[in-house]
Amino acid sequence: MPSENLVEIRSLDFAYDVRPVLQGIQMDIPRGKVVAIMGLSGCGKTTLLRLIGGQLRPSAGEVKVAGQAIHTLEPDALYRMRRRMGMLFQFGALFTDMSVFDNVAFQMREHSALPESLIRDLVLLKLEAVGLRGAHDLMPSELSGGMARRVALARATALDPMLMMYDEPFAGLDTISLGVIGNLIRHLNDALGATSIVVTHDVQESLKIVDYVYFMSAGRVIAQGTPAEIRALDTGFVRQFVHGEIDGPMPFHYPGAAYAADLALEPAHA
Amino acid sequence: MLERAVAAIRGTGHRVVNAVWRMGYASRFFLAVLTHSGMSFRRFNLTIKEIYFAGVLSLIIILVSGLFVGMVLGLQGYETLQKYGSESALGTLVALSLVRELGPVLAALLFASRAGSAITAEIGLMKATEQISAMEMMAVDPIARVVAPRFWGGVISMPLLAAMFSAMGVFGGYLVGVVLIGVDDGQFWAQMQTAVDFRHDVLNGVLKSFVFGIAVTAIALFEGYDAPPTAEGVSHATTRTVVTSSLAVLALDFILTAFMFRGM
Repeated sequence: MPSENLVEIRSLDFAYDVRPVLQGIQMDIPRGKVVAIMGLSGCGKTTLLRLIGGQLRPSAGEVKVAGQAIHTLEPDALYRMRRRMGMLFQFGALFTDMSVFDNVAFQMREHSALPESLIRDLVLLKLEAVGLRGAHDLMPSELSGGMARRVALARATALDPMLMMYDEPFAGLDTISLGVIGNLIRHLNDALGATSIVVTHDVQESLKIVDYVYFMSAGRVIAQGTPAEIRALDTGFVRQFVHGEIDGPMPFHYPGAAYAADLALEPAHA
Repeated sequence: MLERAVAAIRGTGHRVVNAVWRMGYASRFFLAVLTHSGMSFRRFNLTIKEIYFAGVLSLIIILVSGLFVGMVLGLQGYETLQKYGSESALGTLVALSLVRELGPVLAALLFASRAGSAITAEIGLMKATEQISAMEMMAVDPIARVVAPRFWGGVISMPLLAAMFSAMGVFGGYLVGVVLIGVDDGQFWAQMQTAVDFRHDVLNGVLKSFVFGIAVTAIALFEGYDAPPTAEGVSHATTRTVVTSSLAVLALDFILTAFMFRGM
């Protein structure tokens, strides 16, 4: 019987060169759920996604997807695994030299020998799901930010993945597009029977749609729970983050020399 | 004082180590391109698309430059040859200069600035906008799907472009020498036909341009793939492509010439 967690992360450490980015991460992503990983920019969220996708190798610990430790897979096995993953990049990462249609058809053409007529039907089906069937012959440069994100979503779900990963899906969107993308993430997850990981710093939008939240700060998981539990939490950082308070445990000022000394108002100590 | 000297030595060492490391990385990249070239030939339409972008779109600049270089050769050649009363050798002079040297070298330099820079900028931007990453996550190897077809597109285009450059140059020399100045038509072509050897001159020229094609395209691809994913990074990489590949073409040309034409 398959384990109820699609992704399991155990004592994961990761460092770029010597700079530690992630330390002692423990996470479970249950099948069929939408799980958010939240935290400030630069706290290691995107790095975590890349580790799950096998684009980076952990310094210690392991990441298991569908029961297989992802960093031990041979390139062929890793690519087979990735065919069952979909990833939405921060700004869509559409191929700029291909039309919307060809972007969505890309994986089907690369990985299957389906006849072109069937691919056409499938692509239109995927585009219909994100409401952009009418835009299939546009080029990526002709799309707005929100539309590009939706096309990328259609492309990421092209092969009906078991695991969907979203890297900052809400960044830089207007309020209407925000709601549209949020709903799509939830509905696609439930319709595909997939599991989703949403990396974001947009608290209000993601708390509406997710089942579970991990909070990260400085490379560690500092809090976790259902959206209701997170809202009720009153510990310093999470409270500051969820309610968007300016000062708190996360200081407004970048560390530096004393203000007065920097302005030479008093002699700096030698 | 001592500290400064140590820092300077350490800085130099750091740069050298970096340069060696980067060369090693470039070699591994080049090997990866070669070993991942299967798709470029199995799905040859991918390569044909790149031949169009690198080769066909460079045609105008190559043809126009070839014509003018040939015309200048015609003028300068006639100027010198007529002093010795041997203006009938004009055809030989124009053809040999073009086929052996100017065709392959100038075409490669133009190719580096027209197609090489475009390849670097395109790959660099694909990386900066995460298109390369996205392709990896879609279980498609970007080296096989994006890089290798561009490599073979460039390598196939280069000798063809050099040949067209030379042909256009000979035509330019003919225009100035025969049509404008009035060198004898029959002499011009007949002397050229006797003096230009197919294997020794033409094939060696083709071989040169083939080597230049490999060098320029590989440098352009590596610089693009290795570019930091920022606007500044891509612009530096584009500049480096043109500078490095131009120098590489000139250095390789000297080496190849030394092997091909020594003592002849």
